[in-house]
Amino acid sequence: MMEKDMQTAKHSTPLLREGQGGGVAFKYFPHTADDIQQMLDVIGVRSLDELYAEIPEEIKLHRELNLPSEKSEEEVRSIIQGLAAQNKPLTCFAGAGSYDHYTPSVVPFIASRSEFSTSYTPYQAEISQGTLQYIFEYQTLMADLTSMDISNASMYDGTTATAEAMMMCVAAAKKRNRVLISQTIQPAVLAVCKTYARFHGIDLVEVPEKDGLMDKEAACQLIEADDVAGLIVGQPNRYGLIEDFTGMADLCHEHKALLAINTMASALAVLKTPGEWGADIACGDAQSLGIPMGYGGPYIGYLCTKEALVRKMPGRLVGATTDADGRRTFVLTMQAREQHIRREKATSNICTAQGFMCLYVACYLSLMGPKGMHEVNEQSYASAHYLHDELLKTGKFEKVFDAPFLNEFTLRYKGDAKKLRETLAEEGYLLGVPTLYKPDCLTIASTERRTKQEIDNMVDIIKDLKI
Amino acid sequence: MNKTYYSKLIFELSRPGRVGYSLPKNEFEGYSLVQLGATQSRQTKTLLPECDELTVVRHYTNMSNNNFGVDTGFYPLGSCTMKYNPKLNEELCQLPGFNIHPMTPAKYAQGSLKLYDEVQKTLAEIAGLSRFTLNPYAGAHGELTGLMVIRQYHMSRGDVARTKIIVPDSAHGTNPASAAVCGLQIVEVKSLADGTVDVEALKPLLGPDIAGMMMTNPNTLGLFETKIPEIARLVHECGGLMYYDGANLNPMLGVCRPGDMGFDVMHINLHKTFSTPHGGGGPGSGPVGVRKGLEEFLPNPKPLSNSPEGEGLYLRCEESSLGYISFFLGNFGIIIRAYAYLLSLGKENIPMAGKLSVLNANYIKESLRSHYELPIDTVCKHEFVFDGLREEYGGDHHSPEHVTTLDVAKRLLDYGFHAPTIYFPLLFHEALMIEPTETESKETLDDFIAVMKKIAEEAKADPQLLKTAPHDTPVRRMDDVKAVKEPKFTFKAL
Repeated sequence: MMEKDMQTAKHSTPLLREGQGGGVAFKYFPHTADDIQQMLDVIGVRSLDELYAEIPEEIKLHRELNLPSEKSEEEVRSIIQGLAAQNKPLTCFAGAGSYDHYTPSVVPFIASRSEFSTSYTPYQAEISQGTLQYIFEYQTLMADLTSMDISNASMYDGTTATAEAMMMCVAAAKKRNRVLISQTIQPAVLAVCKTYARFHGIDLVEVPEKDGLMDKEAACQLIEADDVAGLIVGQPNRYGLIEDFTGMADLCHEHKALLAINTMASALAVLKTPGEWGADIACGDAQSLGIPMGYGGPYIGYLCTKEALVRKMPGRLVGATTDADGRRTFVLTMQAREQHIRREKATSNICTAQGFMCLYVACYLSLMGPKGMHEVNEQSYASAHYLHDELLKTGKFEKVFDAPFLNEFTLRYKGDAKKLRETLAEEGYLLGVPTLYKPDCLTIASTERRTKQEIDNMVDIIKDLKI
Repeated sequence: MNKTYYSKLIFELSRPGRVGYSLPKNEFEGYSLVQLGATQSRQTKTLLPECDELTVVRHYTNMSNNNFGVDTGFYPLGSCTMKYNPKLNEELCQLPGFNIHPMTPAKYAQGSLKLYDEVQKTLAEIAGLSRFTLNPYAGAHGELTGLMVIRQYHMSRGDVARTKIIVPDSAHGTNPASAAVCGLQIVEVKSLADGTVDVEALKPLLGPDIAGMMMTNPNTLGLFETKIPEIARLVHECGGLMYYDGANLNPMLGVCRPGDMGFDVMHINLHKTFSTPHGGGGPGSGPVGVRKGLEEFLPNPKPLSNSPEGEGLYLRCEESSLGYISFFLGNFGIIIRAYAYLLSLGKENIPMAGKLSVLNANYIKESLRSHYELPIDTVCKHEFVFDGLREEYGGDHHSPEHVTTLDVAKRLLDYGFHAPTIYFPLLFHEALMIEPTETESKETLDDFIAVMKKIAEEAKADPQLLKTAPHDTPVRRMDDVKAVKEPKFTFKAL
């Protein structure tokens, strides 16, 4: 009893430590001792702990948290810098959903404006026009890049955006819950879709591959069974190859299924677009639009569709309207579709508006423009093809597939591919990612950031290796 | 923030021939995109704007001036925990050493993996649970992941009949939505008049088909569910697991932990409780924690210590896991920010954050109950709910002319405050949900209280003034109906 009383006494003083003003004296807390006392008086309690009086004592934590003591700014900086220094950044020739593209310095500069970064979801449109405007621009840009009618602004990344596309197919279909997905889609996308499908009760069927591409014949047979809600395909695919979707949209539509194409966003500027293929849904990751690799996040997924499907699309949507003075303004709209209104009837639980990353993308595309996007792809294409050819010239690699590629490709290494990757990492290079189910292969990417010198140096090292 | 209306779109500033980037000369001869055939190439031109750098910088700077953020002013936004976002965190998350490819071998990513592990351990201690995954991208994503953990647990035991989840009627809208996405049926349990879960109404709902129960504690009315030990016992006795929606964790920090309350699985919103910026709605981060015995079900990949290949941390994918729910290890940049915050506060200040947030909430509540209808009169935690204006201030719900919560919210904007959360929870018609957070000073709260009282007086004297508010913002009240009836989602559609 004594002990408990002492603990209560210890907890009940608001003055944990004597600061200069006698308050709690911590840089993120403004309360002085006087403030606390006056506020307690207004409330009519004697201590901060009395504010927790109703909580049963047996579930309270009657001890300090077992954590380190508070740290000064310099100490925090030193600890985190120390951790950053324990990473060894490698010259990046890997992709598989995350690409090392150039980011103009304006992008992080604008994105760090705290009027943007410290704001909430723009529910109060009258004081959130900045956020709403850039989201409207983002929607326009992504709809244009994909050649679709509309884009939402809410996807976390490309994997979850594709899972949302999958659920959208089922929501749009009448009494069908089978969705096809190409085995050649990026492995991370396939893995996440599988998880969502399993829990959401979707019968997700994998369309096999043939020569590194989706087996279109197999896909056709499955679609012709007339029980498929949608087909999800990837472009470029997991080997970096460019797929040919000729005829797929018509076939899908003939059999009342939707076609969803997942495309690496940067490539949309030069590759035949989902809209041009006749897709109903375009989805994917927009990381390649100038977002740092950042060990996997934050990124942003995009999800675009045709006007007819807008009510089936999850996530936030910004629309144009006018204010009481008749001026052009922007608001969050069509909220009846959203989770917080539909609750248990919802077909998506998305609550995020990926604002900060929409700004990143809008700002990047505004700077790059049509010319910049073409040049980024031109240079990525050229450096990847140069690297591809140089690797073949070493005589230690061989081709696996014949289809064309953009900036990512797969080769077979005649030696131990795993060991090669390790050896090159020691030398400061990240040579691709292990190709799933093909342990002797590597899937390798390049971007406009890789110089000829970097490629030549790495290839020289490979030349000197004994297989 | 300024009041100058700026509504240009970047497309309107575009002039053919301008560029806003610079790239080195192409060093690789003999390779060109024209080598791709027409079948593979884009046919239509893009509408991407052509702008010089300054045009882009001015455009977004002008837009930012029409935006309100925590750095601009007070956000009493219930359930959103709009605390100050420390600038040190922003600096540290941009350290070049953290900008590595996700498929970097673990040996070269030890710093990031250690940071991940430190954050998960810290969260586990704060939550009173065993292990956290930081892979989920947002609160709703965390909810979904947590519910998947629960289902995976039951399925691993062959207990496949547990397909229902109990959710209180006062729950955040995401709770039932996440449960539906997870393939669970929702069973709603009613609240008592005091806003807490009706234990007697809960009892008949429990059975062999119940996967678990989702709760937030304190609940969405800001009230601590004092019967939580009994509720947890009942749900556990029927074989279900308890899920804690961490949206309201802030007031509980260091005082009472979800694990000690009896919860088995929870998510934490790093963008609420641990100060990472809301960024206009995202990106967030929604780590999920579990009690001992449930760790194996957490999503892949998992950073674990004691690599079999030597020292340090490594990534493992486990068969028993629920699977992958994200591209990689979640929103790593957000996790770095949260770590900086946790280190800064330490064991002394983490509990203080919660206590001061509760102090601030109760101070506003007691100061404004004279003017606003307080439906539940008790000590609240970090937030509380008014049911609109009091009758004598024009708040009579039965009068068609009454001044609504929306009117009050819009008038607040004129005085330089963000509005509270409105029309949630659904238990009250005119709900006005206020959450201050601990980073707001008494002066700020006093200003807010004075303005709220002034608005109540205005409602009595001149209701039209509120009904047409805001008057002093960059733009006026929006035509929301037009936005739905004449939908325009792109510049092309304008």
